[in-house]
Amino acid sequence: MERPLTQHIHPDGTTRTLREYVKTGGYRSLQRLSSGLAPKDLQRLVTDAGLRGRGGGGFLTGTKWSFVPMGADAQKPKYIVANGDEMEPGTFKDRVLMEGDPHGLVEGMILAGYAIDAEIGYIFLRGEYHLSAQRLTEAIAEAYAAGYLGKPLPGMGFRFDLHLHASAGRYICGEETALINALEGKRAVPRAKPPFPQTVGLWGKPTVVQNVETLYNIPHIVNQGSDWYHRLSRTQDGGTKIYGISGRVANPGWWELPLGTTAREVLERYAGGMADGVRFRGLLPGGISTAFMTEEHLDLPLDFSSIPPEVGRLGTATMIVLDDHTCPVRFVLNLEKFFARESCGWCTPCREGLPWVARILMSFEEGRATSEDLSLLKMHAKWLAPGHTFCGLAPGAMAPLQSALKYFHDDFERHISTEGCPWSKKSSQQRVLV
Amino acid sequence: MLSEIERRELEDAVKHYPDKRGATIDALLTIQRRRGWISDDTLLEIAQFLEITVEDVDSIATFYNLVFRKPVGRHVAFVCDSISCWIKGCEQVQEQIKTLYNADLGQTSPDGRLTVLPIACLGQCERAPALMIDQDVYGDVTPEKIEQIVEKYK
Repeated sequence: MERPLTQHIHPDGTTRTLREYVKTGGYRSLQRLSSGLAPKDLQRLVTDAGLRGRGGGGFLTGTKWSFVPMGADAQKPKYIVANGDEMEPGTFKDRVLMEGDPHGLVEGMILAGYAIDAEIGYIFLRGEYHLSAQRLTEAIAEAYAAGYLGKPLPGMGFRFDLHLHASAGRYICGEETALINALEGKRAVPRAKPPFPQTVGLWGKPTVVQNVETLYNIPHIVNQGSDWYHRLSRTQDGGTKIYGISGRVANPGWWELPLGTTAREVLERYAGGMADGVRFRGLLPGGISTAFMTEEHLDLPLDFSSIPPEVGRLGTATMIVLDDHTCPVRFVLNLEKFFARESCGWCTPCREGLPWVARILMSFEEGRATSEDLSLLKMHAKWLAPGHTFCGLAPGAMAPLQSALKYFHDDFERHISTEGCPWSKKSSQQRVLV
Repeated sequence: MLSEIERRELEDAVKHYPDKRGATIDALLTIQRRRGWISDDTLLEIAQFLEITVEDVDSIATFYNLVFRKPVGRHVAFVCDSISCWIKGCEQVQEQIKTLYNADLGQTSPDGRLTVLPIACLGQCERAPALMIDQDVYGDVTPEKIEQIVEKYK
């Protein structure tokens, strides 16, 4: 199986230096630019490859680029921003890439910059990723010293500069317009769209914000072509994907696999099944803003196009497993407390609604909930759905809640009828299992 | 007053942005690394350097959770309480820290050694539960391991 993104990453967790990176073909893609690959050609190549945004949105990268004004009349400078604000709970794939192979991101950003004629790039990195920061700082310095950054590429007028921005917390920074505000040194509150960042972005200039893993794919597409890239995948979406799994499974971890791999394969073949003594009940396929999947969905190809919208969406492809020793209500309470804490506070439904949801879930755990509370939860899932809030945070928060109300309805009912959490008496056992 | 070295660090930070304001978060984190937290006086010094109002700087400082507007201990322990760590027992980890160092979430141990804060997913889910002390990350933490981990942070 070909693993273009991760095959050279050291299993011992050490990083790859520039020398190592170049030895395995690193920065070779830049030579293709000088041999006549125009920005429009690069855009077309990536569109043909079927590369979709790996941050969870799944938007076609080539299409995203195509909205950027090009030519002599376009505003300058333009910016390319790597979204390395990996704070989606359960998600750790970008960290693996940035720590293990930082030059892959630098090369991907130079190419993405070239595709939209942007001469400046920023890596927006979450503040807690200190090891990534250290390794990216070293890689950027190496790339400057070697002339990949900071001076015109050989035989061309194109020159690219790259900066690292270490952030200071807050999940909302991952939303692309909030990220732009944060990068400008402001509060990370999302902006109204339109205008979209591709035309009015960072400091009012055309800007493309892309997930770290997405950018890692671009050098390989340039080197090997779009047909090769398509063949890596099992489905119509191109390429491989880093799938991860956490929770009470035998062997939590990450694996680079063809897009379209099923959750059952990841769980059983790679993660070795559930941990001893616990049984599978459900999983969130990609971070906590995705809907639960249960046994019946385990054989669905996991990509951006094959999951029916009524079931959910792939998100980041780093799964979190719910087992039978963990209370699903308390599981969802943990998620909603996270969202309530991380709301930026800008719009009322999110700021007020999410703490309300968390309080209601708490009442289930404390044995105070009535059937009215169950209806209130269902109503919130509607009130905070897409279209009622300023950005996607609260609608994302409703995906696991709404699906939990569907698949684990009996468990919610049991909390009401037994006036408390059926799992709480088991909690001492639970500790032993950990 | 900003020291010579602090001023130089801020000047370096500003170079990465087209205007000084862009460096506000960098400035807060840079000075915090030296002083531990951001006092009202520090806020004013940063505002003067960046040529923006002190209210502007405070609006940033109070928004981002890694900027401390209150004094913290000599070390800060960040306990990940997101879902994967919660499933694997982060509540027991936090309880043990509370028992050993007499500091609940948001508090500093009476000897000024350790401030304990909750933190959003540290991206260490495959080795949950995770704990970060200052800039060092620990995975597969159990209540039994806490004392040994914290030992090196005096």
